[in-house]
Amino acid sequence: MSAPAHQIKRGVSLYSFQEEYFLRTMSVEDCIRVAGEIGATGIELIPEQMIPGFPHVSDEFLADWSAWMEKYGTTPVATDLFLDTKLHPDRWLSQEEQVASVCRDVDIAVRLGATVVRAIINTPPEVMEEAAPYAEEQGVRLLLEVHAPFHYGHPWILEHLEVMYRTGSPALGLMPDMGTYVERFPRVVSERALRDGAKPELVDYIVKTYDDHGDTHALTDVVNYRGGGPVDFGLARQATHYIWSEPKAMLEHMPLIGHVQAKFYEMTLDEATGAEVEYSIPYDRIVPVFVEGGFDGYLSSEYEGNRHIQDAFPVDSVEQVRRQHAMFARLLGETTGEDA
Amino acid sequence: MFDRYIVCEEGFRALDDGRTGGVVEVRMPYYRGLTLSMVEAVDLVLDGRPVPPARTTFTVHGRTYRFDQLPHTTDDRWEMGERAQLAFETDEPLTPGEHEVAVAVRLRISYMPVPGGGRDTKRLTLAA
Repeated sequence: MSAPAHQIKRGVSLYSFQEEYFLRTMSVEDCIRVAGEIGATGIELIPEQMIPGFPHVSDEFLADWSAWMEKYGTTPVATDLFLDTKLHPDRWLSQEEQVASVCRDVDIAVRLGATVVRAIINTPPEVMEEAAPYAEEQGVRLLLEVHAPFHYGHPWILEHLEVMYRTGSPALGLMPDMGTYVERFPRVVSERALRDGAKPELVDYIVKTYDDHGDTHALTDVVNYRGGGPVDFGLARQATHYIWSEPKAMLEHMPLIGHVQAKFYEMTLDEATGAEVEYSIPYDRIVPVFVEGGFDGYLSSEYEGNRHIQDAFPVDSVEQVRRQHAMFARLLGETTGEDA
Repeated sequence: MFDRYIVCEEGFRALDDGRTGGVVEVRMPYYRGLTLSMVEAVDLVLDGRPVPPARTTFTVHGRTYRFDQLPHTTDDRWEMGERAQLAFETDEPLTPGEHEVAVAVRLRISYMPVPGGGRDTKRLTLAA
């Protein structure tokens, strides 16, 4: 299968290796090394995750960081910022402080050599607007993550789009999280609920409602009427937090899309073709939308299955990311010589 | 997401400064580090008995804090996966052998409408 010409590149968010980094079985260098080995060229980093001493980034870390990029054939692409509006227990962060926090994180991205910053979904549109000129000056794009349960018609996203289209700032844009395209309920999540003691008939009900793209608004209530407990409620809540919408809705906003967080929960083999696919997220129908829209940034792996299997199975995030990249290589028409 | 890793299997020990009590090493159930002002609680229940926060202290990378200091500590962090030392005082010396150690971490995560954190209970052995 060959894809039309495109400039889409493959990347990895080191978020993918959170299990291994947390347990210190992989270092930051290990994460970058395996990303390079997998064939990714772009690295996305959460500074607050992997730079001890944040927000201070030492010259020593920077020297290592550059050396690792050189050694493993990778490039820093994106960093992810958080906005701690509840930093203080007794008061909300003022707008001025919020803008200062964003600008601080723009500076960190610049130091790390990344040109894209993920603005977390809770970043208010007015803060994006006020920080945009600084980001532009620093040569960085500030991209609002469009994370589940949000979509391009949601009022919160519309408020952001209003700022982006009105100001026309080249520094503002969108970073879609592919967790917004969960077509089928992640099996790793429902199976975990069963191991945690959820009632099988309620799990079936929740999964079926989701998979039928039914009305999930009152799922938690219905689960309560049917005698559910905390684990069942948790699963029902999850079902209201995942969403599926038509990926082609991104086409309208494609010029704003500068980076993609390629969220995934479980790589599996397609029963008919034997190809690598994601269990819940139909990348075979998503990647062509990016090709069609002329997207030229990175598909950046975001493995998030670890938390759902760690109670019962060994977590191998590297293998999961490797398999996702085999899928990307296939969908992007690459001939890597690997098992793509 | 990392609840099961909160209480570390290693490092459980008695205080060695003459006071009665002990130290348990704990990790934050979150995927990034957090400024200490957003660590709302690290509550300890030892062998079924809650230890008042006022009888515990919290140490990250060699710096020790009382829990009433944390809300206003914005210049230090509990890093992702970092083993913090939760020191606690007890009325009686800890007995060697198994103890049930339950820790509940409460975090203030700005993008979440409900408290973050998690809890973990393990049986740890105090060496004789």
